[in-house]
This record gives sequence, C-alpha cells and structure tokens, in this order.
Amino acid sequence: MTALLEIKGLHAEIASGRKIIQGLDLTVNKGEIHAIMGPNGAGKSTLSYVLAGKPGYEVTAGEVTLNGEDLLAMSADERAAKGVFLAFQYPLEIPGVATLTFLRAAFNAQRKARGEAELSSPDLIKRVREIAKTLNIDADMLKRPLNVGFSGGEKKRNETLQMALLQPSLCVLDETDSGLDIDALKVVANGVNALRAAERGMIVITHYQRLLDYIVPDIVHVFAAGRIVRTGGADLARELEATGYAQYQSEAA
Amino acid sequence: MAAVQETIDRVKDIDVDQYRYGFETVIESEKAPKGLSEDTIRFISAKKNEPAWMLEWRLEAYRRWLTMTEPTWARVGYPKIDYQDLYYYSAPKPKKKVASLDEIDPEILKTYEKLGIPLREVEILEGVERPAAAAETDADGEAVAPRTKIAVDAVFDSVSVATTFKEELKKAGVIFMPISEALREHPDLVQKYLGTVVPTTDNYFATLNSAVFSDGSFVYIPPGVRCPMELSTYFRINERNTGQFERTLIIADKGAYVSYLEGCTAPQRDENQLHAAVVELVALDDAEIKYSTVQNWYPGNSEGVGGIYNFVTKRGDCRGANSKISWTQVETGSAITWKYPSCILRGDNSSGEFYSIAISNGFQQVDSGTKMIHLGKNTSSRIISKGIAAGKSQNTYRGLVSAHRKASGARNFTACDSLLIGDKCGAHTVPYIEAKNSSAVFEHEATTSKISEDVLFYCIQRGLSQEEAVGLVVNGFVKDVLQQLPMEFAVEAQKLISISLEGSVG
Ligand SMILES: Nc1ncnc2c1ncn2[C@@H]1O[C@H](COP(=O)(O)OP(=O)(O)OP(=O)(O)O)[C@@H](O)[C@H]1O
Ligand SMILES: [Mg+2]
Repeated sequence: MTALLEIKGLHAEIASGRKIIQGLDLTVNKGEIHAIMGPNGAGKSTLSYVLAGKPGYEVTAGEVTLNGEDLLAMSADERAAKGVFLAFQYPLEIPGVATLTFLRAAFNAQRKARGEAELSSPDLIKRVREIAKTLNIDADMLKRPLNVGFSGGEKKRNETLQMALLQPSLCVLDETDSGLDIDALKVVANGVNALRAAERGMIVITHYQRLLDYIVPDIVHVFAAGRIVRTGGADLARELEATGYAQYQSEAA
Repeated sequence: MAAVQETIDRVKDIDVDQYRYGFETVIESEKAPKGLSEDTIRFISAKKNEPAWMLEWRLEAYRRWLTMTEPTWARVGYPKIDYQDLYYYSAPKPKKKVASLDEIDPEILKTYEKLGIPLREVEILEGVERPAAAAETDADGEAVAPRTKIAVDAVFDSVSVATTFKEELKKAGVIFMPISEALREHPDLVQKYLGTVVPTTDNYFATLNSAVFSDGSFVYIPPGVRCPMELSTYFRINERNTGQFERTLIIADKGAYVSYLEGCTAPQRDENQLHAAVVELVALDDAEIKYSTVQNWYPGNSEGVGGIYNFVTKRGDCRGANSKISWTQVETGSAITWKYPSCILRGDNSSGEFYSIAISNGFQQVDSGTKMIHLGKNTSSRIISKGIAAGKSQNTYRGLVSAHRKASGARNFTACDSLLIGDKCGAHTVPYIEAKNSSAVFEHEATTSKISEDVLFYCIQRGLSQEEAVGLVVNGFVKDVLQQLPMEFAVEAQKLISISLEGSVG
C-alpha cells in the first residue's frame, strides 16, 4: 500500500492565535476512504482548509505530504492542480458567473498548470452534461450563476459535479450529506462511489452514520479537540451514533 | 461566455503594469504652433477648409472660454494644466492625397493593426480573422454568431485617417464620415444640429472643445432607416504634448436606429495628456441610438506618473416622442476620468439608459456617472452602474436624476454597486435627486462591498490563480452591464477588465 496523504504532528492555528489543530497524525493510502467524525467545533473543517491551503490558517508544526511531495510548500492553486479537492461544507456563491463558465475556468486552469492541453468548449460541455445527468442536475442549472439561489441540496450536488469533473486524487468531503434529502443523499453517494478508484483517496467528514451506509469507509476516526482520539473500522461509526462524543471530549480536554 | 478563458490566458501573458497599447508610432506630422490663441483656431479652421460660419462659431466659443474657470467640484486632483503648453492640432503628414486605404501611411495602418482594429474591409468581409467561427460557443454551449460587419472611422491624433464601408452605408442613405468632411459635404445638416445638445457655453472643457476640435465622427441616419451595421470610431492619441479634442455628432432621424461604438488608446508617456471630447446625440421621434464606449486611454504607470486626463462631455437629446438613447460604457483607462454621459428626455414617452462599468486601479481617479433630465411626459430612465476600485485608486459615481415641473409620470430606476479590491482604494456614491413633479417615481439602490476572500479561495481551491479568480468574480459582478454591449465589444471588454485589474491583489 502506498501512502497518498501523510500528516505528521500537525499543529495549526487561526489568525487570532487560537490553536485549532493540535498534534494530528493521519495516513490515507491510495484507494482508501477515511471517515472523520467528531463534535461541532472540533476542527474538522479547519483541517480541510489547512490541507487546501486557505489563507488565515497557519501551520505551526508538523508536515503534510501528498504522493511524497511537500503539500504545505505549495500555493492553494498548485495543490488543486496536484489533485486536492475540497467539497465545501458551505459552498460559495458567485453572482454573474454561470456554473458552466466556472467549471470550464477551473478545469482548464488545472490542465494548464499541469502542462496538459485544454479541453475545447464543446467537449467540456459534453462531459459536464454527462456527469450532471448522473447527479440529477438539470441542464438549466448549469446556466445559472454558480450556487446563487441554489437550495442546500443543489449546492452539495454541484460540489459533487465539480469533483467528478476535476477527477482529483485526494477528495475531502466536508459534510457533503448535510442538507440532502434521502433521495439526493443516494444520488450524491452514488456519485462519490463512482469516484472510488485504486489511485484515489478520500476523507469524508460527517456527523451521521446515514451517509456511511452508502459510502462505506475503510477506516473511521474520531476527531476531538484538534486531533484524532480513536480509530476503528466501519462499525466505529455505528457505535458513535449510540454513545455520542462525551467520553472523547473529556479525554481530549 | 467563451471569453472567460481567453481573459484568463491574457492575464497570464502580461506582466503587471504593462499597458498593452503603450507603443508610439514614429510618423511625420504637421502641427499647429504650440499654444492657444485666435490664430491657432484660424489655423485649424483653415486647415479643414471650413465654412466661414464655423470659424465664427469657434471663435465665439474661444472668447467665451477665456472668461470661464476650470471646474473643481469633481473628486479628482491634478496639477494645473498649462493650456499654452499644448499643441491643438496635429495631423499625420500625408505623403499625397489619400484616395484609398492602400495610400494611407503604412505606419498608421500598422498601428491600427497592433490595436486589433480592422481597417481593411476585405479582411472582415472574407472573415479572415476568425476562421473557426463555428467552434466558438458561449457558456450554454450554443454557437456564437460569426463576426458581424463593423464600419470603422479611425481618428489618429486630430485627424480621421480612414472610414471603412462607405459605399455600403451610402446605399442605405447613412452618412458616416469625419466631421471635418461633413462640414464640407453636408454643412447644413451639421449647422442644424451642432451645439444643440451641448451648447458652446456648456462647461469649461466643452467650450474649449468647441473652439479647437479638430475631428471626430459625424453620423446621420435618415428617417425609418435601421443602420445596416455597427458604426465604430477608434481614437488614438499619438503625438506628444497634444491635446485631443474630438467632436462627435450623431443624429437618428424619425424612426431610425443606430448602434455606435467608440474605442480609445494612447501611447505610454511620462507626461499627462489632455483629452477633452464632446459627443452630441439627437434622437427624433421613435428613433433609437445605442452608444457604447470602451475607454482604455493610458492610465499612467504604477507610481502614478503619466496617463491621460479625460474630461469628456457626452449628452444625448431624446428630442422626439418615443425616442430612446442608451449609453453603455466600460471605463478602464485614463489617469483621471471626468465623464457624465447624460440624457435629456424631452420627447414624451422617451427613455434613457446608462450602463456603466468603471474600473480604477493604481493611482487612477474616476469621477463618472450620468444625468437623466426628465422634461417630457411619461419619460423613463434606468441607471446601472458598477464601480470597481483596486490599488490606491478612487472611484466616484456621481449622478443626477431630475424631473421637471411638467414631467408627469417620470420614472427612474438607479442601481449603483461598488466593489472594493484591497483596502487602500475608495468608492463613493454621490446621487442627486430632484423631483419637481409629484408624480415622479424614482428608485435608488446602492451597495458597496469588498471582494470576498472566501469566494476567491473557493475559486483558487478549484485551480484558478489569485488573479484569474479576481477576473472571474469581477466579470460576474459586471455581467448585467457587459450584456448590454454588442457581442464583439463584450469579449474585448471582458479581457480588458481582467487586464486592468492586474496587480490589484496580493
Ligand atoms: N477563521 C476563524 N475565525 C475564528 N474562529 C475560527 C475560524 N475558523 C475556525 N474557527 C473556530 O475553530 C473551531 C473549529 O472550527 P471548525 O469549523 O474547524 O469545526 P468543525 O469541526 O468543522 O465543526 P462543525 O462540525 O460544526 O462543522 C471553532 O471553534 C471555530 O469557531
Ligand atoms: Mg465543519
């Protein structure tokens, strides 16, 4: 098994100096799906931002490699081109920019960064439409400004669409299940499962077993107070649903 | 919007602070003696073989100008202009009399080529420029119409050097020629309308223009005619220390329609250059004029040295009932912009529109907006202004909406949105509203926001660079206005927007 992502002794804080990630170790091998569960405010989204390189989150210690390369040394757009994809907990709206325009800009920016040929508009549009169909995304929605006026569920489906188009090597899904109704949950889960591949790794952040019924993880971690406090198999998630996080919060404190 | 990718490529290719049109053309020119006097004016008038009344008109304006003082109410600051230290007339010296494009100085043709302005009709007719038109698609994957024909009048310093598609326009009865030529060929038409929208006494810069204007475009669309193509003028300042004072006069007779485009560039220079144009539009009964500008004068360098002072008076008169005038502007250049394209809604049921994108970066100062003067009954106006301030620039929207006592049923909708990039720039909104008729309904909305770091990060997480992300977000912000531009111009404008925001972040 080759490691895709290796996080060692990671500490990170926000601009105010508050320490959020406090000694995190995590290895995601190629082909694996890891679920991260944990109480509100534990630092799960912060971890995703640190991996993606969001400004305002300072790494004070530790190292992170992607395919053996120093991820922390790369700018955020370089990380994206290297295959880091973050499905946002709260996707952003971009007024006046059609979804398709955004997808094309992103797709070709990554290709260019990797020194690959850009895809012509008709080819790209064809590809997007095919993916959209599998996610029950209406073709009309592709013309609408990105995420503007989209329902919570539509936004999450759109994140999945972007992920499927960009074919990243590391997918970080931050509460992709929140805001989804049962049917949409299945559709999105199918979309994610379709991306399962020997070369790809995923980190699925969620609060609910429900999602993990569809996207079955290889490994489940409990994340509390800025680090992983317990690791287990798929059954750990079910156990958590029964017991809650109380024991881990006191452990971590 | 196939252009977004192009925009992004373009941005990548260009270094920060590189004005793309900043080259100078070396060419022999004929200038009036430096400085301003009655003699200068006589010189210009004589050069142009003008009718006697025109000289008188100019001299009257000049005498008036001597009594006026430069306005200071705009939110712009600049050192005092020495009006005696300028040239008021500069013409590329013709090798011989020009009868066709082939005889124009090749250096000038090259200049326009570099600017991407098609002066050779044959090329456009044969579609040489865009062989792969069929492959162009917009955001919806639908094919974009192939390049349309555009008639171009090119003004180089003070003189119009070429007008294309003359014959075809003539067949339609459309007059499109340099105003200096119109003064000789259609003096009565010019005399009937010149100065009727912007009188010689209007304001300091317009009065100066009336005295010394050297060329510009003249358009007349006869009754009931829909102009068969877009008309376009490209202004280029080349000479050093030369003020450019164009005069544009467009008349749409009853039931006529015309869409007119104006583009402007200048070489990169350390000293400031003065540009004081006047544009007059007249729309008679049921006529419509659509006037679009992409202004890209040299803005000065990153230290704020050099650049064009752009003091322009643009006004449209909806003189007839049911007439319509629509201004669309994309303002990205100039060190200083002082510009308020306005509509006088004189005819009953007439309507005026103002769509504006004003971008300032570096040390640029923009004070721009519009005036909608409601005089007739049931007149309506619409103002959509998008201001984007970056760097250390100041960007002011200044607007007036007024309803005359007799203007019953006047309606206006105004929306002014400002976007700030960085924290060293400023955006200001100065709306004046005067309703002397109680039935007027005026609505005003204004917003100011900072470009969202979270939105930028979202774009960057998907692989866009910081500058590409800013370009994308800003293009989205101005979309409502971009849509008002003719397709050709919209693509060009989109590129320009991204380029002008170079170096605005980080
Ligand atoms: N930019 C910021 N400014 C201030 N506080 C922040 C910032 N980013 C994160 N925090 C704080 O850091 C802590 C961790 O937040 P984070 O969003 O990572 O939690 P989470 O585990 O994703 O929680 P949830 O399950 O509710 O999504 C929270 O207390 C949050 O308020
Ligand atoms: Mg979270």
